[in-house]
Amino acid sequence: MILDQVIFLITAVVVLTAAILVVSVPKMIHAALWLILALAGIAVLFVLLQAPFFAVVQVIVYIGAIAVLVIFAVMLTRKAMQDDGPQLNRYSVLAAAVSLMLFAVLTGMLLSWDGANNLPVNPAVNPDTIVNLGESLTNPQGFLLPFEVASILLLAALVGAIYIGREHRAGKEEE
Amino acid sequence: MLEYLPLVILISLAAGLAVLVVILGHSFGPHRPTAKKGLPYESGMTPYGPGTRRMSVRYYLVAVLFILFDIEVVFFLPWAVMFRKLGVFGLVEMLIFIGILLVGYVYAWKKGALEWE
Repeated sequence: MILDQVIFLITAVVVLTAAILVVSVPKMIHAALWLILALAGIAVLFVLLQAPFFAVVQVIVYIGAIAVLVIFAVMLTRKAMQDDGPQLNRYSVLAAAVSLMLFAVLTGMLLSWDGANNLPVNPAVNPDTIVNLGESLTNPQGFLLPFEVASILLLAALVGAIYIGREHRAGKEEE
Repeated sequence: MLEYLPLVILISLAAGLAVLVVILGHSFGPHRPTAKKGLPYESGMTPYGPGTRRMSVRYYLVAVLFILFDIEVVFFLPWAVMFRKLGVFGLVEMLIFIGILLVGYVYAWKKGALEWE
């Protein structure tokens, strides 16, 4: 459908522009704000891919929580708050060459894949995507193990964050 | 795509109203700036110190805890819509998931990460 394509193209331009600004604006806090726009664009892409649950999760978790975390991370780093020097160092040309090579390889691989040239337009799936997700997450033949392992990942992140946060305070008390 | 039309209307209304209110205020409001009016707004008190001072790491800790339990709740929803069909098996699955995260919650509690001090 033509409307989908128009929305996709507008979203793609916005996301790419925002993503380039994230790595090129001099102030870190501005980069964090541009990151929010890029993440919002990704939410629109999830809607276009008929994954409304992930669009909502993208808004709640990424824009609502991770963007806040990134902004806090910027604000507790003194250098990041005041540094507005150049964003390029002497390795920038080399890094650009490596990135272009990686981009070429990935594009070549994607184009050689059958699905790149004849995508199913509207895959016949259950429109209730959240029921599908629930089924596969709780099915032992599906994604039950990754689902349970995800809780261990969250636990590790929690313990790590508390350890770093507490260590900082313990060091302060010793001074 | 049509089912997202209300969402588009809601976002446009919210953004449009915000822009409209700022434009109306700028074009019709009296504009008599003084040094005091030009101060950054700091909840009614006079701001002091640099605006770009470092924040405490405790804010970061709170944000991380918020994200982790936010993601935990995100996993609840697909499970909850399947709850009746899954029965006891689904309950046990979720209890394992919550049980592992409960260890982290108890750790956070015991370490005093939930307290501001």
